[in-house]
Amino acid sequence: MFAFIARRLVATIPVLLFVAVFVFMLLRLTPGDPAAVIAGDNATSDQVDAIRAKLGLDEPLLTQFYIWFSRMLSGDFGESFFFKKTVAELITQRIEPTLMLSLCTIVLSVSIAIPLGVWAAARQGGWVDRIVMGFSVMGFSVPTFVIGYLLIYIFAIQFSWLPVQGYRRLSEGLDEFALRMILPSFTLATIFVALVSRITRASVIETLGEDYIRTARAKGLPARTVLLRHALRNAAVPIVTVIGIGIAALIGGAIITESVYNIPGIGRLTVDAVLARDFPVIQIVILVFSVAYVLINLVIDLAYSVLDPRIRY
Amino acid sequence: MTFVSTALRRAVAAGALAALMSGTALAQTTLRVVQHGNLTVLDPIWTTAYVTRNHGYLIYDTLFATDAKLEVKPQMVDTWKVSDDKLVWTFTLRDGLEWHDGKPVTAEDCIASLQRWGKRDAMGIKLMDFVKEFKAVDAKTFQMILKEPYGLVLDSLGKPSSNTPFMMPKRIAETDAFQQFKEYVGSGPFIYQANESKPGEKHVYLKNPKYKPRAEPPSGLAGGKVVKVDRVELVEMPDTQVQVNALLAGEIDIIEAPPHDLLPVLTADKNVALEDWNPLGHVFIIRFNHVVKPFDNPKIRLAALYAINQEDYLKATIGNPKYYKVCGAAFICGTPFGTEKGSEILVKSNFEKSKALLKEAGYDGTPIVLMQSTTLPVLTNTAPVTKSLLERGGFKVDMQSMDWQTLVTRRTKKDPPSAGGWNVFHTYSVSADAVNPISNAYFVAAGDKSWFGWPTDPEMEKLRDMFSRETEPAKQKALAEKVQLRALETGQFGWIGQWYGPGARRANVTGWLQAPIPVFWNIEKKGG
Repeated sequence: MFAFIARRLVATIPVLLFVAVFVFMLLRLTPGDPAAVIAGDNATSDQVDAIRAKLGLDEPLLTQFYIWFSRMLSGDFGESFFFKKTVAELITQRIEPTLMLSLCTIVLSVSIAIPLGVWAAARQGGWVDRIVMGFSVMGFSVPTFVIGYLLIYIFAIQFSWLPVQGYRRLSEGLDEFALRMILPSFTLATIFVALVSRITRASVIETLGEDYIRTARAKGLPARTVLLRHALRNAAVPIVTVIGIGIAALIGGAIITESVYNIPGIGRLTVDAVLARDFPVIQIVILVFSVAYVLINLVIDLAYSVLDPRIRY
Repeated sequence: MTFVSTALRRAVAAGALAALMSGTALAQTTLRVVQHGNLTVLDPIWTTAYVTRNHGYLIYDTLFATDAKLEVKPQMVDTWKVSDDKLVWTFTLRDGLEWHDGKPVTAEDCIASLQRWGKRDAMGIKLMDFVKEFKAVDAKTFQMILKEPYGLVLDSLGKPSSNTPFMMPKRIAETDAFQQFKEYVGSGPFIYQANESKPGEKHVYLKNPKYKPRAEPPSGLAGGKVVKVDRVELVEMPDTQVQVNALLAGEIDIIEAPPHDLLPVLTADKNVALEDWNPLGHVFIIRFNHVVKPFDNPKIRLAALYAINQEDYLKATIGNPKYYKVCGAAFICGTPFGTEKGSEILVKSNFEKSKALLKEAGYDGTPIVLMQSTTLPVLTNTAPVTKSLLERGGFKVDMQSMDWQTLVTRRTKKDPPSAGGWNVFHTYSVSADAVNPISNAYFVAAGDKSWFGWPTDPEMEKLRDMFSRETEPAKQKALAEKVQLRALETGQFGWIGQWYGPGARRANVTGWLQAPIPVFWNIEKKGG
């Protein structure tokens, strides 16, 4: 097991190297100049050139890459062109809202999607199944920002039950935190519930056709026990895979949801950095996303061996 | 039972009293404001970004300020005089001015602040060309000694918009003008709270309890800066729909610049009011690239100006006539130098004249590259109007769409369009930046030192120089008119209509002053 984990971690190094080079080159080749953004609209060409020189953006591409990469290897992730804070500091400030949003979304999604999927599988072809599948199709089809604005209009503007936007840290009080997490979590959870409930249903239906399920029923086990203990557990591997993929997809969803609800997380940091061409921030944020992606996949692989004893590494 | 009931009543009463007392102790009025963009750079001399300038007005003060009639009035300065030969200007500061760190504001601080500003700002650089030296006479008095008389001394020191000559302590003002400083200490009406501020989330300012406002009533950016709220939070909220929702729900108090298409949503709510805080508004610009074909030819630039007309731009971008004005004055209608003389060319399209000029100039039909910004909503529709009008005037137009950041990068290129350059694009300016031939950067015609498009016209530079040296207002006005006529004669650029963007506020927020900059002194918020 440990050898497997070590092998997987070592294998991430070339992946991250590739991401680093790719993102660096992509940013430099994309039109847009942070110096022009920083200088403001009334600045002259000379002022823009002076700022470009200060930021080292007038150096040859290879020199710029060498400087950035060697600093990164020594643990210096650089400083934002705009905020005058280190990238590490900015990420530390912004990581909590994104982690909390992701956590709430996952808990909410899994606790809704799996029971829905199992229920739909148990009532295959019935009205419950049709409603769950209908919701699933809708959840896939409606863009996240539309769901977000719709929920804001209904629950924040029409009924004034919940705040329109913003984020409060957990340390500022559970009630304030929870009030501001409800709408974003439901918004982001919609597509996730649609995905997981659909896969759960399909996987459980497939498992329910297995011989050992027939045997369990034949020996007189209650339907609930057959469904939850025998069918669901054996259907878990594809469900966990999809949850893992979903968590990775949350990164993209968080960018939109954080913008719609004005949550100052990593997603909004990414959008702001891209719009302003804040190269040091974009580079490190994408690397962080890549590391998260790799680690999530590793955790999923490890979860397989827990759920299915036949799988060993 | 009676004991329990009495004890319970006492406990409830004590609790209520404690809650009341703690509420009173904590009660503070917080004004939550959303600006037109995120505040990222905090050094208002280093960048010309308007959000940074607005931040500057919160924490810094100025020697002079422009009032509602666009007249320059003393602000930090108590008295000032100029020698008969107009070479020695003496300024004495008001009593009791203090930096936020408790130290007194001194003449040395002000000299250092002006010197740093004079290395970055166009008007500051021009002023410093005339300055022989600064002298600190005593702790509160300093002199500015000129090499020769200069007509815009007070206009420069009272310059309202970017870069505004804000005063700061000497140790901060001595920072290299091309490096950002990292200490935010001013003497203005609010104190910046760096520890509470989180870039990308909010910036926090507390009322400066030691600030001494002038005795005069507030007027524009001048007069007494009386702060009536305890705290201002500049909330970062890039999405305009979120801004509007948050204002309707009462989560924020002010939106500086809601988009025009969402104004009906705001006016429909009785708890929200629109505020015309910037009566000067903004002005759209069409900018030609003078260093590549075909707009290196003045006849072809003129042909383009004959083809366009202001009304079409304003209808397509702003829509509601209540928020725009057709105005032929380059220096803005209603300002001291605003004149519409010679500007008929910009007001009504004359396609026949445009075609004739193109023929005369030998235009070979090569498509001109028009850059369209698709990410600044107010500019998005300007380029399609240009494309349509120029095509009707005989041009061939290749409109290329891009985000604003790409456009601002590409506009720095002097190469021909085939090598990644450009021919024409649109921008806009705050009108306060455009009110005279020196502050209006689009009039600079000094080649590489000019704004993007790099026009070269020695005659224009001569007129601007004469304007800057002139000290008689009537003669200044005549020279400003000549500058405008010269720009139209050479087709240097086009000013294609003024527009206004009201702010939006909650109904319980009052006292928002009319000024070219959104300022937050004098604002009251009822109900905390």
